[in-house]
Amino acid sequence: MIFRIKNLETKKMSKTYYDPADLRKFGKITEWSEELGNKFFEYYGKVFEEGALSAREKSLIALAVAHTEQCPYCIDAYTKDGLQRGVTKEEMMEAIHVGAAIKSGATLVHGVQMMNKVNKLDG
Amino acid sequence: MATKSLKKRDSDLANSNRQLEILSNGIFQNGELPTFKNKIAETNQFPLKAKKLEILQINVGYMCNQVCDHCHVDAGPDRKEIMTRETMRQCLEVIKNTGAHTLDLTGGAPEMNPDFRWFVEEAAKAGIKDFIVRSNLTIIRANKKYYDLPEFFKKHNVHVVSSMPHWTRGKTDKQRGDGVFDKSIKALQELNAIGYGMPDSDLRLDLVYNPSGAFLPGDQMSMEKDFKKALMEDFGIQFHNLFAITNLPISRFLDYLIASENYEDYMYQLVEAYNPAAVANVMCTNTLSVSWDGYLFDCDFNQMLELPVNSKIKHISEYNEELLEGRNIVISQHCYGCTAGAGSSCQGVVA
Repeated sequence: MIFRIKNLETKKMSKTYYDPADLRKFGKITEWSEELGNKFFEYYGKVFEEGALSAREKSLIALAVAHTEQCPYCIDAYTKDGLQRGVTKEEMMEAIHVGAAIKSGATLVHGVQMMNKVNKLDG
Repeated sequence: MATKSLKKRDSDLANSNRQLEILSNGIFQNGELPTFKNKIAETNQFPLKAKKLEILQINVGYMCNQVCDHCHVDAGPDRKEIMTRETMRQCLEVIKNTGAHTLDLTGGAPEMNPDFRWFVEEAAKAGIKDFIVRSNLTIIRANKKYYDLPEFFKKHNVHVVSSMPHWTRGKTDKQRGDGVFDKSIKALQELNAIGYGMPDSDLRLDLVYNPSGAFLPGDQMSMEKDFKKALMEDFGIQFHNLFAITNLPISRFLDYLIASENYEDYMYQLVEAYNPAAVANVMCTNTLSVSWDGYLFDCDFNQMLELPVNSKIKHISEYNEELLEGRNIVISQHCYGCTAGAGSSCQGVVA
């Protein structure tokens, strides 16, 4: 019986890992763990408030990180957020390049480790 | 950018009934999203009632020298609806007999009505102190006969409110047409030169920002800061305030939302951003909108949807303040556009 119910629920689930409509349901994570969920959203909201950095600067940082994290929900959310703040597409693309540069830099700087190892093993 | 109005294109959406049908079907009919009526009823704000009339907003005609992508009026050079002097006279009678302190002239490009200047002069004689003209700026540079508009505005202390979608050329021209940005900049500089928009000047110059696509406007204060900084640095331009206005899902913007498959997401955004505190101050509560042919509406948007005021009085010629005050405002799902976030009206945020 339990197996059957599980089976039914699985059937109802979507066939893709990501559904754009799921972003709207983000707030529902509090339903299964209210205190932690609420604390997270409170923290999240606070982070993006105007502070030592402007909300606009934070939005661009979030957009760059959304790409390095390859989070489709975050990309949708912070592209729209940028548009709402009057961020231009040139600014958005430059922000992504910052993320990409750090990603590729992080890969390449490990090249030194490779070189060190080669030098040690095959000096 | 569009080149013809929906009406000229014989589009399905040029029909206001079709627009209202779309706004009541689908996600609002199946209960996925609450109707505006049910939403405001949650906070006991239904029915929404008109308060004392403060602003008479007169649409003097749908003709415009521009064809902007998201125009809620579906205005353009091909629109021939224009207010006659006869209807203007009827409006003047009302101005003389009501406590309304502000006359808000809109269009189309209101300056294109051949009786525009006559109307402003007569309304000044009739005692109107506070004039608003919703000028698209480019009209000032469109033809020699409009070059002296800034001086005319100054003479009557007209409060100029102008659309400016962005401080960059690319984003502005994409929404409002090629060359609009440069002409707007030139017009703003001319207005500045005679004192409009300068700090401490009584000659009010405000800009209106509305988003270029299927997203809501950001915070009005921070947008104003960004606009002021950029326009000052790049062009030495000054202005007083920026009004951030939400695009309402009607007319050309509704057409765009549907064609780009953004309609449902946009309606979700509007409903999610619903702010009950904004309801109390939406513009329909103190404004009456008059169409080019003299009919009365709760707002310019209802005028475009052909939703007349809920009153025995339907036309400016039969205006009766007592009968109109306290009337129930006619609403549909497009009203969510005025209650999203800090709220939106022709005067900017409301909450």
